[in-house]
Amino acid sequence: MTWEIVIGLEVHTQLSTHSKIFSGASTAFGAEPNTQACAVDLALPGVLPVLNKGAVERAIKFGLATGSAIAPRSVFARKNYFYPDLPKGYQISQFDLPVVGNGQLTIHVPASGKTEAHEKVVRITRAHLEEDAGKSLHEDFHGMTGIDLNRAGTPLLEIVSEPDIRNAAEAVAYAKALHTLVRWIGICDGNMQEGSFRCDANVSVHKPGTPFGTRREIKNLNSFRFLEQAINYEAHWQIETLENGGTIQQATVLFDPDKGETRMMRTKEEAHDYRYFPDPDLLPLEISPQWIEEVRTTLPELPQAKQARYVNELGLSAYDAGILTASREMADFFEATQRVVPKDAKLCANWLIGEVSAQLNRDGLEMAQCPITAQQLGGMLKRIADSTISNAGAKDVFRTMWAEGGDADAIIEAKGLKQVSDAGALEKIVDEIIAANPAQVAEYRGGKEKVFGFFVGLAMKASKGKANPAQMNEILKRKLAG
Amino acid sequence: MSLTLEDVKKVARLARLAMTEQEAQAAHAQLANIFGLIEEMQAVDTSGIAPMSHAQDVTQRLREDKVTEGNQREKFQAIAPQVQAGLYLVPQVIE
Repeated sequence: MTWEIVIGLEVHTQLSTHSKIFSGASTAFGAEPNTQACAVDLALPGVLPVLNKGAVERAIKFGLATGSAIAPRSVFARKNYFYPDLPKGYQISQFDLPVVGNGQLTIHVPASGKTEAHEKVVRITRAHLEEDAGKSLHEDFHGMTGIDLNRAGTPLLEIVSEPDIRNAAEAVAYAKALHTLVRWIGICDGNMQEGSFRCDANVSVHKPGTPFGTRREIKNLNSFRFLEQAINYEAHWQIETLENGGTIQQATVLFDPDKGETRMMRTKEEAHDYRYFPDPDLLPLEISPQWIEEVRTTLPELPQAKQARYVNELGLSAYDAGILTASREMADFFEATQRVVPKDAKLCANWLIGEVSAQLNRDGLEMAQCPITAQQLGGMLKRIADSTISNAGAKDVFRTMWAEGGDADAIIEAKGLKQVSDAGALEKIVDEIIAANPAQVAEYRGGKEKVFGFFVGLAMKASKGKANPAQMNEILKRKLAG
Repeated sequence: MSLTLEDVKKVARLARLAMTEQEAQAAHAQLANIFGLIEEMQAVDTSGIAPMSHAQDVTQRLREDKVTEGNQREKFQAIAPQVQAGLYLVPQVIE
């Protein structure tokens, strides 16, 4: 019987509040060291924490978006350990009464190898509020360690999944779905380079039908690629160890991206004994049903609901709907474009997924930095839809719009890109071509249909590329038939 | 529940307290008394009573999400034992 891999993820999302979870210091990234660390963050004697309403609101939003239970009453606890970037000697977290419990997230796992693309529901065990620690810098201080406490006290929501994940691809799909969701509902900026979204993976292996194996926890994975590599390496290592007659010790490990392997940080015997207890400085947090309802009204339509609507009401494919809802910016742009040309959702989707995405990629831009607006794009699509311009003409308009701005109608006018749909003018062109090329006309009428392309080329050239292609084809066919 | 001398030493280690054998034994005796008190309390029938997580029956007040603290680094670092390039310096820690 083959081995089954069992994975549970713990994701730390940094909440997008302006101020810290228990103090009024700023959370802005990239400030000079210790300029955003106030007396509370430094744990000076006599200070007291005061909970940030914005952090709680974001936790409620997450709970609502994942169909989770939101605790009417939750409690903050002290997690005790010593490290210089944790000045109090404890981290304020939540232990047995977290703010969010029991939810779920549906993930789309792309096809890979033998497995087909599939959907899967991953259960969320809990999500709790806690404060981040500061940063330790170990270099360049003559045998000393430098401490920057700007990050100390930044609000985090730690989201813990059930061990429902069975391979690295599913783990990445889950992490990506979570990453999309927290940005979508605006509770986290999702910036992985800056550490706003970090994953820990609990990995074990067992034979199906037997109890779960002993797990090892891979800490601090800050990219989807590392998450995948680390799980694959770790699972392979555990299976090999067991097959060689060894045993797995519960441990915390780190992933080394340069070597592509995990290595032991500490075993369970050396593990911290955190001695959690309720923080006497903080009273229980109560969340009223009214507050939850207020927050619910601020929730945007969620990605899954949007996907279903795009497929059912706009007639898009599931694939297109998936791409258009990969980020809130993309979906907003699509919907704003579509409002300009309400009947042409598919045309909007094609242009956004095609030209717009390709051009953003080429210029290294994010959707939010797109140089053209949905109104500009929609204005151009309107002219494709009503046959004012051809596809080739549209690409020309699009390039101009991208580089220089301006609205479609003005560009079409200035560049003379308007298609000639005037039947009389087109017929005149065709008549002249037929008269000037009797030999080819004879060939065509003799059954050599390939010559048709020759006429199309001439006709387009004669109209300077402005002829409506469908109409031109129709006239050519009719006249050539004799 | 009984507290062993080993428990006392472990808790001291976790709390980074250096204790002599004599101090550990004294602490053990004192803590054992406290445990006695806890045992007495645990004998009380509390079934049907929700566990209390705070001594006061009030709930947490919240503050608006506003930045109210400015940069006071110079003041704070004036009383720090050692600083460099804006950082607080501590004896080297490598995990």
